[in-house]
Amino acid sequence: MPALPLDEAGKYVAGAYVVFLTLIVVYVAILGAKIARIERDLSDLISEEDE
Amino acid sequence: MYSKGFKPLAVATVVTLAAAMALVFFYAPLDADQGFVQKIFYVHVPMAIVSLCGFVAGGIMAIRYLRSGDSSWDLRSYVAIHISIILGVGVLATGAIWARASWGHWWVWDEPVLVSFLVVELLYCVYYPLRFSIEDPERQARYSSVFAIAAGAFVPLNFAAVRMAEAYTHPRVLSQTGGNLPGEMRLTFLVSLLAMALLFVTLWKLELISKHASMQLKRLKRKLAEREAVAA
Repeated sequence: MPALPLDEAGKYVAGAYVVFLTLIVVYVAILGAKIARIERDLSDLISEEDE
Repeated sequence: MYSKGFKPLAVATVVTLAAAMALVFFYAPLDADQGFVQKIFYVHVPMAIVSLCGFVAGGIMAIRYLRSGDSSWDLRSYVAIHISIILGVGVLATGAIWARASWGHWWVWDEPVLVSFLVVELLYCVYYPLRFSIEDPERQARYSSVFAIAAGAFVPLNFAAVRMAEAYTHPRVLSQTGGNLPGEMRLTFLVSLLAMALLFVTLWKLELISKHASMQLKRLKRKLAEREAVAA
């Protein structure tokens, strides 16, 4: 197949990089939510102990 | 325990990723054959290499678990495989996009590189049901380690089989003699590979920190519950 013109190839290249970045951002966001939940649970435990 | 050196590692990862992106789009020349579409190579191939190395690393960590009995090695192995599977999804998606742009099809079943990677990915998808169907933590770690070692040994074999395959329809830009890439492309590729490797290690450490904190919290809750039960 001949090389695609820049405007058409750009869509595919952008698609590939968006897939990669989305994957990483979603993964980090899920991990961030997990760590936030751990922090919340920990501060709940500490406040329960203080009472 | 796992958070040692995490901050500089995360900073190095972000800087290297930004440098890799800059090199891809502002430094590396356009490929004479594929044109702009070849830029997908700099995300797809490093991601595939790092993902496959992660599977092998998971196997090596599983060997260390079986030799030492230290459950932290099982956790390390599990997290390495987990992240490799996630990167593997990215490899398949970017590979499909590249295939569509280069060959006009999202998926080509007679292409050994694509299909063999799918086989590896599907093989590792079995890891989760195997691991989480076993309740006893010791047995879970032992069986998962055996799987990780067997599957980890399969990865280089699979890679070698693809290399020996006759149909070179996949764009072949690296060879055993060091690659056919011109200097600028090679530098861009190597920086992209380094960025992907650093990203893998950063995510691996982050996941380990999260899992370790979660386990510590559970332990603390259990101890507090026991103390309350004794006091009552």
